[in-house]
Amino acid sequence: MKDEVTREDRVAGLKGLGCSRKRVEDARFTQGKGNYVDDIKLPGMLHGDFVRSPYAHARIKSINIDAAMALPGVTAVLTAKDLEPLGLHWMPTLAGDKQMVLADGKVLFQGQEVAFVVAADRYIAADAVELVEVEYEELEVIVNPFKSLQSDVVLREDLIAPDGSIPNGAHGPRKHPNHIFTWEAGELEATNQVIDNAEVVAEAEMYYHRTHPCPLETCGSVASMDKVNGKLTLWGTFQAPHVVRTVASLLSGIEEHNIRVVSPDIGGGFGNKVGVYPGYVCSIVASIVTGVPVKWVEDRMENLMSTAFARDYWMKGKISATKEGKITGLHCHVTADHGAFDACADPTKFPAGFMNICTGSYDIPVAYLGVDGVYTNKAPGGVSYRCSFRVTEAVYFIERMIEVLAIELNMDPAELRSINFIKKEQFPYTAALGWEYDSGDYQTAWDKALLAVDYKGLRAEQAERVAAFKRGETRKIMGIGLSFFTEIVGAGPVKNCDILGMGMFDSCEIRIHPTGSATARLGTISQGQGHATTFAQILASEIGLPADSITIEEGDTDTAPYGLGTYGSRSTPVAGAAAAMAGRKIRAKAQMIAAYLLEVHDDDVEFDVDRFAVKGAPERFKTMKEIAYASYHQAIPGLEPGLEAVSYYDPPNMTYPFGAYVCVMDIDVDTGVPEIRRFYALDDCGTRINPMVIEGQIHGGLTEALAVALGQEIAYDDIGNVKTGTLMDFFLPTAWEVPNYETDFTVTPSPHHPIGAKGVGESPHVGGVPCFSNAVQDAFRPFGNRHTNMPHDHWRIWQTAANLGMHD
Amino acid sequence: MIPAAFEYYRPTSMEGVLALLQEHGDEARVLAGGHSLIPMMKLRMADVPHLIDLQGIAGLSGITIDGGTIRIGTMTTQHDIIGDAALTAAAPIMAEAALQIADPQVRYMGTVGGNVANGDPGNDMPGLMQCLDAHFHLIGPEGERTVAARDFYDSAYMTAREDDEVLTAITFAVPVGGHAYEKQKRKIGDYATAAAAVQISKEGGKVAAASIAMTNLSDTPVWSEAAGAALVGTDCGADAIKAAVAAMLADIDPTEDNRGPVAFKRHVAGIVLGRAIARAWSRA
Amino acid sequence: MSNKMHVKLNVNGTDHEFLAEPRELLIYALREKLNITGPHVGCETSHCGACTVTLNGKSVKSCTMFVAQANGAEITTIEGLGSPDALHVLQENFKEHHGLQCGFCTPGMITRAAKLLEENPNPTEEEVRFGIAGNICRCTGYQNIVKSILSAASELNSAKEAAQ
Repeated sequence: MKDEVTREDRVAGLKGLGCSRKRVEDARFTQGKGNYVDDIKLPGMLHGDFVRSPYAHARIKSINIDAAMALPGVTAVLTAKDLEPLGLHWMPTLAGDKQMVLADGKVLFQGQEVAFVVAADRYIAADAVELVEVEYEELEVIVNPFKSLQSDVVLREDLIAPDGSIPNGAHGPRKHPNHIFTWEAGELEATNQVIDNAEVVAEAEMYYHRTHPCPLETCGSVASMDKVNGKLTLWGTFQAPHVVRTVASLLSGIEEHNIRVVSPDIGGGFGNKVGVYPGYVCSIVASIVTGVPVKWVEDRMENLMSTAFARDYWMKGKISATKEGKITGLHCHVTADHGAFDACADPTKFPAGFMNICTGSYDIPVAYLGVDGVYTNKAPGGVSYRCSFRVTEAVYFIERMIEVLAIELNMDPAELRSINFIKKEQFPYTAALGWEYDSGDYQTAWDKALLAVDYKGLRAEQAERVAAFKRGETRKIMGIGLSFFTEIVGAGPVKNCDILGMGMFDSCEIRIHPTGSATARLGTISQGQGHATTFAQILASEIGLPADSITIEEGDTDTAPYGLGTYGSRSTPVAGAAAAMAGRKIRAKAQMIAAYLLEVHDDDVEFDVDRFAVKGAPERFKTMKEIAYASYHQAIPGLEPGLEAVSYYDPPNMTYPFGAYVCVMDIDVDTGVPEIRRFYALDDCGTRINPMVIEGQIHGGLTEALAVALGQEIAYDDIGNVKTGTLMDFFLPTAWEVPNYETDFTVTPSPHHPIGAKGVGESPHVGGVPCFSNAVQDAFRPFGNRHTNMPHDHWRIWQTAANLGMHD
Repeated sequence: MIPAAFEYYRPTSMEGVLALLQEHGDEARVLAGGHSLIPMMKLRMADVPHLIDLQGIAGLSGITIDGGTIRIGTMTTQHDIIGDAALTAAAPIMAEAALQIADPQVRYMGTVGGNVANGDPGNDMPGLMQCLDAHFHLIGPEGERTVAARDFYDSAYMTAREDDEVLTAITFAVPVGGHAYEKQKRKIGDYATAAAAVQISKEGGKVAAASIAMTNLSDTPVWSEAAGAALVGTDCGADAIKAAVAAMLADIDPTEDNRGPVAFKRHVAGIVLGRAIARAWSRA
Repeated sequence: MSNKMHVKLNVNGTDHEFLAEPRELLIYALREKLNITGPHVGCETSHCGACTVTLNGKSVKSCTMFVAQANGAEITTIEGLGSPDALHVLQENFKEHHGLQCGFCTPGMITRAAKLLEENPNPTEEEVRFGIAGNICRCTGYQNIVKSILSAASELNSAKEAAQ
């Protein structure tokens, strides 16, 4: 019987790498049995709710909590005064700044947390919020970073020395009270020289608008202080639970072994759940004060108004080239609006994230990037919304600069990209702004994409459409959006990347059980990516046990090994690598056990799918299942019993996934309504672990890209009121607005990753935003458009047409 | 988003409703599907100490077509309208418009009465009712009265309905000719950037009668008599449409919001109306 | 605070009686009073559909309904659609076609889709997209959700044909 099982059957039985394995998470989610933070209900639990500032900038003259405290069912109303003795009225941000937990003297953005009400249920809490009386004195509001740098109004009085001087910030000198940092990469003088003497120069100013990750589940936490045992448990929407534990320990003084942080199921993160929010801190303090568990879950308006936004980058670029289209230099300056506190979630040494990947997929000899961070009266944040740190901004910048240069050169933008790609043989490639790209084969991917969509045919059709429009036969124009992107993900080498001094490694711990199943725990946490499915596949291929026999656990700091969490597409590049390395440690010990059982030398057995077999005698083997049992229950000379391994993985480099996207769009110039006719996405994420999951990630990331490019924004009026506070105005597309996508791939493995995987969750967003935007802008190119800013909602598209005289 | 506390009533007769309205005056509101009122209460923008739910009252929903008159009970939902074959045969513009309101779940709950009586300029039914020259049937302490849809709306959320009155039904004559309800919105679930309701009848190749109303382009729906008149007697060609659009543009008064500035809205209003007229004419 | 009222609901075939303030929202009554936590709170303004349940035969957003309004109603939530031993055909197909990621929208999405297929057993792709447009998903881009629903419909129809 045994012999009838072929090697292919054995490989298939593992459901390892490359298998479109169905997700193990889905049983509970499809039956309504997920366990999200708001599902947690503890005996005696109280509910917290915030009093928030209606003003964007105001001094707080007084806070009267008497009426609120008098309401039956109200247990406490916390203000900054209550937190100050504990040293908790301010907290560190991930960017090395500090942020008020509750307004201390003044408020700096609309929606800022002013007081925290704790009550028996959410209804009483909401009533009590209404009863807290706060007297404000309005101050001048600044919502524009350029005005902020010119203004006499000091937003952050806490960052000015008593003598009026401006002390250095976390990232060096500050040149104005409202200035946060200047960060530079590359060579300014050399770049200017090249550009000044270039044959062709194209310039563009672009605003990448403020938006928000807006996962369907808002942020929240439940804190439970067990005073009997001195243990604090904190459940919450945390993309990085171990970081939260360390920060909670530093803030509260409770030792880390007495804090358990749990990320239960998370209803989407997209960067929104990386940061530490006042709500988390207040729920902890309230539980310590009241001695009972306290839940805080924000509502949607609070989510959009106060927890981490994304983007808000004003980018100014110059790109130079020869007449033939060979790029010679790139200059970029960014004015970055960080809002009231610098709460960006970037590695410490990179206050503008990896914006210096902005030379893109092109061989650009010399470049310069300068970024100035600025305070304004807007919500803090600056997280990476479905991208590695600021990579969306970088890729948008270069992919727009390429299009503008193509216009300047009167050249096809696809051809311009081909001329300038980093060539396959140039990898590993060190870019002008410092990064070492691990691997790539851009031209092959590009050619495949252009062929798949019949690019030449599309251009011919577009030319016909332009002619028809000019003849007055149609009011619909056609755009062909191109983008070629290179991501930089998997932060990261600890030598480069830390957050608040915490190195960005990750981890995996495997315990093989005697009967041949396993439990593995990792320092990451899935928010929908399907880690329980895909990490088991990596391990199945490494350790030869079926993925179905491997349970993956994440998110509980009491059990999981320390890790830096899930964001920036780092789970597969870092924790996935840790899993593979831990698997290899298991395999190394299994080899010794197998050799002993087969009575041969260690070197005379070899691993084969699910077993170790004697070299040259494959009929003599021990399966991993047999080895697992023996490891525990058979005395093996010289070996400890058991089969466990831990790996902490510090990657030697980032990984650099890439892709080629094409969007075909029709635009009604009279109404400004775009219709997406076709979207083709080719992704190269190196080794593909689960094609089904990859495809799902691409669909989702493209849809978030569509939203950002075509309408999704956090908009403020001149006095700092948020104009887009509900899902009526904050654009999340429905099934009706979203097209079907065509997906494709090439495979260029990462040379330094143990299994060659690069990460994929964020690529479609990073590449998608410029692709959708380029489609809109390409449609208007024949009519004189150079650059228009996103979001391309109906009225802005209409405005573009109007500005080009197309309504005349 | 938690509303303030209120007293809840579910009377089983209209007399009961009226008595509660009399007792509590402007502190009371009636509730139909709730999809306009409840979000306002949750945001604490509407303070309703006494909430009177109409669901317990028999006979407030249903569609009848009798002797050339269509009667739609106030509690009839958008979903009911879409599913009523006889109504769709008699007045297809009703289903065409209802399908463009909100989303499936909201259409199950959202009622015609709530949509027309609330006075929200974003709602689609008020403009449609003006296009169809519908009449609203109100009942109050003084008995029943009827108000023409074209006379009902004073300004945003301000209507001819008194605080102690309840809208019980709408009626309108079976429309003749071709119809169109054209709406531009940012996404499913959004209010209109601009929407147009058009009915056109044809005789001997010419427009015999035309009624045109638009939505969300002023603080009330805008029925433009002049726009309709501009079409009558014409062959509904480009010039006639241009004249009708010009007449409508003289009557609307949009304001800037997240959907766009005034110039954009006026332009889109013209485009949407032009398309609606062309489509209605093609069906006339 | 107003007086509490006596509320009766039949949820997934089980009768429940409890005291509640009229202003309590149906979604919180289900989740917090009855521990039926499948339906979720996403937007609170009736845009996202995460809270969708079937109430007296209608798909409704339970965040925009007071518990007082629901008094006396029959309600089906995701918990009432299938059981671990006998999954609903939509639950099977969402698993099969990767129609979910974070799972937060899934209970509302499947509950809505079940009603859609009840009313329109043989929908086109366009009808599915229009029919679930009251439910927002942030993860999947809908493509696999649509595929899951269409596949469930075809499975249901094959089963019906086989039975005839």
